[in-house]
Amino acid sequence: MPEATLVEAINLALARAMEDDPDVVVLGEDVGVNGGVFRATAGLQKRFGAARVLDTPLAELLISGLCVGMAAQGLKPVGEIQFMGFIYPCLDQLVNHASRLRNRTQGRLTCPMVLRTPHGAGIRAPEHHSESTEAMLAHIPGLRVVMPSSPERAYGLLLAAIRDPDPVVFLEPTRLYRAAKGEVEDNGEALPLDAAFVLKEGRDLTLISWGAMLKETMAAAEALSAEGIAAEVIDLATLKPYDEDTVLGSVAKTGRCVIVHEAARTGGFGAEIAATIAERRLPSLLAPVTRVTGYDTVVPMARLEQHYMPSVERIMTAARKVCQFS
Amino acid sequence: MRHRNYLAPDGSIQRPLPAFASNAKLLIELYRSMVLLRLFDRKAVALQRTGRLGTYAVSLGQEAVSVGIASAMREEDVLLPSYRDNGALLWRGVRLEEILLFWGGDERGNRFSGPVHDFPFCVPVGSQAPHAAGVAYALKLRKQPRVAVCLFGDGATSKGDVYEAMNFAGVHKLPLVFVVANNQWAISVPLRQQTACETLAQKAIAAGFVGEQVDGSDVVAMRAASEEAIVAARDGNGPRFIEAVAYRLGDHTTSDDAARYRPAEEVQAHWKQEPIARLRAYLVAQKMWGKADEEQLATECHARVEAAAERYLATVPRRPETMFDHLYADLPEVYAAQRRELAGEHDA
Ligand SMILES: Cc1ncc(C[n+]2csc(CCOP(=O)(O)OP(=O)(O)O)c2C)c(N)n1
Repeated sequence: MPEATLVEAINLALARAMEDDPDVVVLGEDVGVNGGVFRATAGLQKRFGAARVLDTPLAELLISGLCVGMAAQGLKPVGEIQFMGFIYPCLDQLVNHASRLRNRTQGRLTCPMVLRTPHGAGIRAPEHHSESTEAMLAHIPGLRVVMPSSPERAYGLLLAAIRDPDPVVFLEPTRLYRAAKGEVEDNGEALPLDAAFVLKEGRDLTLISWGAMLKETMAAAEALSAEGIAAEVIDLATLKPYDEDTVLGSVAKTGRCVIVHEAARTGGFGAEIAATIAERRLPSLLAPVTRVTGYDTVVPMARLEQHYMPSVERIMTAARKVCQFS
Repeated sequence: MRHRNYLAPDGSIQRPLPAFASNAKLLIELYRSMVLLRLFDRKAVALQRTGRLGTYAVSLGQEAVSVGIASAMREEDVLLPSYRDNGALLWRGVRLEEILLFWGGDERGNRFSGPVHDFPFCVPVGSQAPHAAGVAYALKLRKQPRVAVCLFGDGATSKGDVYEAMNFAGVHKLPLVFVVANNQWAISVPLRQQTACETLAQKAIAAGFVGEQVDGSDVVAMRAASEEAIVAARDGNGPRFIEAVAYRLGDHTTSDDAARYRPAEEVQAHWKQEPIARLRAYLVAQKMWGKADEEQLATECHARVEAAAERYLATVPRRPETMFDHLYADLPEVYAAQRRELAGEHDA
């Protein structure tokens, strides 16, 4: 199998989807000739034409709203928002239209669209390029929120998102775009949405994360195993709806859980998971569910951002504390 | 800016009528629709006042706008209406009781028997304009001879959504007709606080296509302008913008009291312009319509509206757990569990 970076895997999936289905349309700022600022759409316009790989005017609300209209006509639009910091004008369309078109029309109209955007900190980007507000999106009923953490899952989950009959926000961890490499077979096979992936099995503790933070989470798990702590690592992958069964099953086994995300702590998605565990698995718990997160601050610019994001050290400290809790 | 009208407020002819106006049957159909809409509005308000309907937005004074535009559309065209466009939905075959169902707070009203691809009423002002651009892009991509028609109010033209959609439609020469029902007021905010532009139609210039002002109380003008714009769009000549200059004779909605911000004299003055009396005067002058026709129509509309209200009131409510039924194509298990919870079924 050929090696691909995460962004190359995205590109492969887009090309595959466009090849397989003439209704798939890619749109966004600079996605055409330029192939996107991260090159996720490189070569697509040449291959599929400017009508299907469409450079839009610089207007994010428009991109999301166009997707709704196209999708209602049966196209499968894949919109790109250049950075997550610019997704907010799309919220009106996501909350008020995309996520509820099926429901408001009782199934008469549907909205099979995907909105892709790079997500998260750690690439020394300018202001407004590093936010991770996935919890805000995961709060919206009727939407799916998906975040891959490896090239293989980026490929399979993006294909699944495009084929899904409902709207999906697809958050791509910017930090992993080129840093993550892996074997990707361009076989057109989708991975399941709404399912978490168990990346490592273990009996002592459950580590749950998503997106770029799995890098640190996996590193922490490896280091912990050298200390004799066997951590199970779960890549949540789909945040909306999230795979409660896998999470609860793992916690029932280990009795301990640390949730890792780079988004700010208050109201972050970790709180949702912790609450579910408290409601449903309290008797299995041997220690309080613990979060390792970004701080409740604005994501700092380049010089401080590494202090904002959870480090391997912070994850290990939390894990040790949870394991020593009696 | 071009300003089009044919019938003066007293029903007299201002200039030669467009060709379709020689079709008496069509003119009478336009008239009947407007009368039905007005009666329907009255019934809806009565239902709201007696606690049997939610907030409702009447078309009073604007009947010619949505009836005029809808009458120029083909079934396969796509309508993207605002919440005040009951008249357009009616013309497109949506049943009266379905409209009541929507305003009565039941989503089944949006699963209507009009064209299956038409959009439901849009409540967040102006946010349907980008949808219209997306729809029109899809029509163009598939080389279908269909047109998207997007309606909104004057307040909506202040939103970026509308300009973003117009701009895109211009760039791609989309088969899209924008119609702003300029009823002079966005709730209590008058047009002059909405824009410093002399006309709304001229906003099309910035987007690179043709806009025109039309007398929105003259259904002949509305129909003629709409037809021209829709045909042009269908023929691949790109988008058009129509500013229908009308007046909202009623309150904004049943939750509003326009007397708080609007002088009675202004409203009175506009009653002299209103679209139904205007067309009636013309039809009567042409001997196409008489007292007996009017009485028969009133009886007919009354019966239709009453029967629809009865069907609406007799609609069996949905079971609460059905709120989950169209959330996703396949309900994810986590939410299926919530559905069971709401249905009073308990998970083992
Ligand atoms: C985005 C948005 N902001 C505010 C409202 C509340 N609101 C409902 S109707 C309205 C006025 C709209 O005026 P206009 O666009 O002229 O349409 P009209 O009601 O006159 O037909 C407002 C402010 C809304 N529905 N959507």
